[in-house]
Amino acid sequence: MSGFDDSLLNEADETVRVRFVVNGRKVACEVAPRETLVDCLRDKLELTGTHAGCEMGACGACLVQLDGRAVHSCLIFAVQADGATIDTIEGLSELGAIADLQAEFHRRNALQCGFCTPGMLVNAHELLSQTAQPSREEIRDALSGNYCRCTGYEAIVDAIDAVASERMKAGGAGGGVT
Amino acid sequence: MKARAFSYFRAATIDHALDAHARAGDDARFIAGGQSLVPALSLRLQAPRLLIDITHIDELRGVRREGGHLRIGALTRHCEMLSEPLIAEFAPLLHAAAPFVAHPAIRNRGTLGGSVALADPASEFPAMILALDAEIEITGPSGRRRVKADDFFIDLFETALQPGELITAIYVPLFRADQRFAFDELARRRGDYALVGCGMLATFAGERIHDIRISYLSVGNTPTRVRGTEATLIGSRLDAERIAAAQAALEGDLAPPESDEVPPAMRLHLARVLLGRLLGRLGEGA
Repeated sequence: MSGFDDSLLNEADETVRVRFVVNGRKVACEVAPRETLVDCLRDKLELTGTHAGCEMGACGACLVQLDGRAVHSCLIFAVQADGATIDTIEGLSELGAIADLQAEFHRRNALQCGFCTPGMLVNAHELLSQTAQPSREEIRDALSGNYCRCTGYEAIVDAIDAVASERMKAGGAGGGVT
Repeated sequence: MKARAFSYFRAATIDHALDAHARAGDDARFIAGGQSLVPALSLRLQAPRLLIDITHIDELRGVRREGGHLRIGALTRHCEMLSEPLIAEFAPLLHAAAPFVAHPAIRNRGTLGGSVALADPASEFPAMILALDAEIEITGPSGRRRVKADDFFIDLFETALQPGELITAIYVPLFRADQRFAFDELARRRGDYALVGCGMLATFAGERIHDIRISYLSVGNTPTRVRGTEATLIGSRLDAERIAAAQAALEGDLAPPESDEVPPAMRLHLARVLLGRLLGRLGEGA
């Protein structure tokens, strides 16, 4: 379009250097502005536990924690996240923060193909951080942003419900252990 | 499913953002939460040459009382509608509508200013700021102005915003003890766009309605106030007869568009059902 002042702006294809703290480690990489965070995590940082599904914010397979809150990494450009703290499924796993959720998902067969599971776990982690003992209705409500095409959710809801109860029994009202 | 290449500029101040937009000759878009803009870019419904990130502008943050209004900064996220005590106290209709906005991860990023700027007629917050008689503070190259919600929503995705202008805050009149509110929506699946949604704010004189504003989402090209229906309620008690009269009046206010999914008659029926439920709740002192 006429009037665009090219001299003041970066070339569109030029890469930008971004820095994050990912899973507790400082990292830096070069990205194009149009590169989404999920692509950056998978392609540049080789953290392939975060899955790119619909890339529209509907399926939830790409959920990560950004500055402590669950977000769709397909709906953020990596440049926007420059300076942020990001925790992916790999980090949450290694930290042991979701070990009980993972064990319960496994025990109740709440995963089949497993494609949606990382997003389900990040979302379940977010839910239990906010609400120590959600009702089954609240669990279903929270899962409205995650698609699972295999189990039909019943086992997933069971697993999250069971973990909430166990955590309450173990640690009282603290609930969302991080 | 990938956006066309663009340049990226992170603005530190409102002036920076406006200046960058002016230099880009309108071939730029502001981005905040991006929960609607990023999909639009990925689908190449939009392909600007420049994205101006306004997320780091402190002036656009915060919720505070200012005279008779609550000033809600444009960057206030949807999840903050649920967690911010000032909103629960002084703008409870926004608090009540927030759980119906998409799902938690979207609410963690999406912003009030972005939702109002997009003016999606199926979104909750644009319709609710209309029910609240809110004012939209707009800052642009020619300065700052405030536009009433009644004058802001013009047509499908069309608002009073001019190119290069930015929503900087929403001003909501403080909720008062003589007021009641109600919100609900009907959707096939939680988190999906509502088939119909409705919110209302009424001022009571004793048990009689002194004033009421009722606003619908998903019934037309814009968030929609139903002024004829409102008029039938002024000065009256909310008994079954009056509620039925209001439901009957709705037909004069709404003309839902043809759509493959939901025939206009069905949408109108659902709007009536919602109206009955919500007025019933108001009558019970909800």
